[in-house]
Amino acid sequence: MSLEPQLTAPPAPISPNKRIWGRRASAVAGFVATVFLTFLGLLAITFFIGRVIPIDPVLAVVGDRATNAVYEAARVQMGLDKPLVVQFFHYVVGVFTGDLGQSVSTGRSVAEDISRFFPATLEMATIGIIIGVVIGVPLGVIAASGQGSWVDQIIRVVGLLGYSMPAFWLGLVGLALFYARLRWVGGPGRLDIFYDGLVSPVTGLILIDSLLAGEFDIFWNAINHLILPASVLGFFSLAYIARMTRSFMLDQLNQEFVTTARVKGVPERVVIWRHAFNPIRVQLITVIGLSYAGLLEGSVMIETVFSWPGIGNYLTTALLNADMNAVLGSTLVIGAVFIFINKISDVLYRVLDPRAR
Amino acid sequence: MSTRDWLLEDSPTSRWQANAGRAYRVFTALLRNPLSVLGGVIILVLILTAIFAPWIAPYSATGQSLGNRLLSPSGEHWMGTDELGRDIFSRVIYGSQITLTIVGLVALISAPLGLLVGAIAGYFGGWTDRVLMGFTDIFLSMPKLILALAFVAALGPGINNAIIAIAITSWPAYARIARAETLTIRNAEFIQAVQLQGANPVRVIVQHILPLCTSSMIVRVTLDMAGVILTAAGLGFIGLGAQPPLPEWGAMISRGRTFILDQWWVATMPGFAIIIVSLGFCFLGDGLRDVLDPKSEGK
Repeated sequence: MSLEPQLTAPPAPISPNKRIWGRRASAVAGFVATVFLTFLGLLAITFFIGRVIPIDPVLAVVGDRATNAVYEAARVQMGLDKPLVVQFFHYVVGVFTGDLGQSVSTGRSVAEDISRFFPATLEMATIGIIIGVVIGVPLGVIAASGQGSWVDQIIRVVGLLGYSMPAFWLGLVGLALFYARLRWVGGPGRLDIFYDGLVSPVTGLILIDSLLAGEFDIFWNAINHLILPASVLGFFSLAYIARMTRSFMLDQLNQEFVTTARVKGVPERVVIWRHAFNPIRVQLITVIGLSYAGLLEGSVMIETVFSWPGIGNYLTTALLNADMNAVLGSTLVIGAVFIFINKISDVLYRVLDPRAR
Repeated sequence: MSTRDWLLEDSPTSRWQANAGRAYRVFTALLRNPLSVLGGVIILVLILTAIFAPWIAPYSATGQSLGNRLLSPSGEHWMGTDELGRDIFSRVIYGSQITLTIVGLVALISAPLGLLVGAIAGYFGGWTDRVLMGFTDIFLSMPKLILALAFVAALGPGINNAIIAIAITSWPAYARIARAETLTIRNAEFIQAVQLQGANPVRVIVQHILPLCTSSMIVRVTLDMAGVILTAAGLGFIGLGAQPPLPEWGAMISRGRTFILDQWWVATMPGFAIIIVSLGFCFLGDGLRDVLDPKSEGK
């Protein structure tokens, strides 16, 4: 699984003689415009997938044994007798008012389903990114400060494995080893069966809900179940974060001010962590943001393996049941979050780093 | 004059000699990097395995023998057998054909498409550029795997639709590269010379611009192949890619899921094949990048 961020457009050149607030205002306006356009594009794509590719969307709903009258009624009810542009307009309005249609398999509205499943995904991806950052950043720094050392070699191998290992396979192997053989961690699912449903969902995040309810054994049980899938996800973000940290650090360590600091006799630890690491923190925020977005996507596979009741599992179940509303709804939500995090980290970078202004 | 001297001639007398000389230099530069040699060998072995699968595989890929179900790896069945008594090693061997087909077709569809879109946008500029690149950027900012899943859901499961879906999600990166390359050469003197001779835009783009974009394209496509393999395997794992009884590696892992706790080999063995082949493409791509496109090293 690759967490390489996808290339985005280079920032437009900003004329130097405008006042700084004018620049910021236009940057904000530009940001809002691109985010809006990209969302519209995402909507156009899901609309295209849902309404244009299937040869007859009505047939998919009523089945091929429906009478002509039923068929016609369904066609009118779905708005398919109107021109495509009008249909698209209705679709966009529906999405912006929170209407993603009904799920055929669960019988609830897709928006309700997603709000129920999303916290589980959020919880797993968040723990995953924490693991990735806490281990990945120091590894990258150590690798860069000892270029060619064994730590450096390990980072290389880990980085390449992160690109060439299927996430679902690593999850399965982890289950076989740490759950079935060693019994170190809990199995599939978010909790053991006898803890299920004991904590009333406040935030939907079991770790927080169980603490709020003061149920510490449920908290530990949840951690027990969470740690393996989150580590698998964390491995992929770790691979990417460590590689990027290493390359940023190498850029800094080759700069003249670092040589100057060394010549002046500044201890190597200070050179690395203050002179070289401080300037790359902003770049790291971007990288972390991008890999967080990537984790939301990667969790689709992991959730399938771990029967994790998140949005990824919801999506794959819907895929197999040909539940198109649920498929498109979750594609839309994951896509929107993905785009939003991408753009936010892009903007953060430009706001925080004076060199990028 | 030896072949080597002819290849390394400073003033080649024909286009053929110049091209051959360049290919030879790239090849020798690649040989100096052990990892790219390893990558090349892995890809070569993959291709040979796919071609000669019927002769290499000791058993049939689909022949069932229920008496031999779920045997652990042994001298007779190197990777054990699955729940229908099929030899996993033979299935992995035959699976190389499917992987190679997917990788090849995705590259053949998405790279030319991306090249064309990028070159047109870069060459004409203005509104053409803005519209095409706006479209490309929207595709680029989507999560690829999710988009591929949604496309397969609409098109219907199956290996052909999986290939189409992956190709649809991978062309935009190539369009960006092709546009960037086109912008740097659009105003070059040799292009102006061709334009003055009355060549129409189609001829300029196809004959003079596209050939110059190919080397960075080859690098990028090779590097992307690992991702393509993983996406295809992921689709197979979910049940939307290659359908049973095709020995697709991702689908094989998915079948082995049920037995992962006791018969670990059913799910793990195809995974090793995926990792080795993906690593091969990564190694070769890294090596090619260092040789053909040294600017972007380490990125």
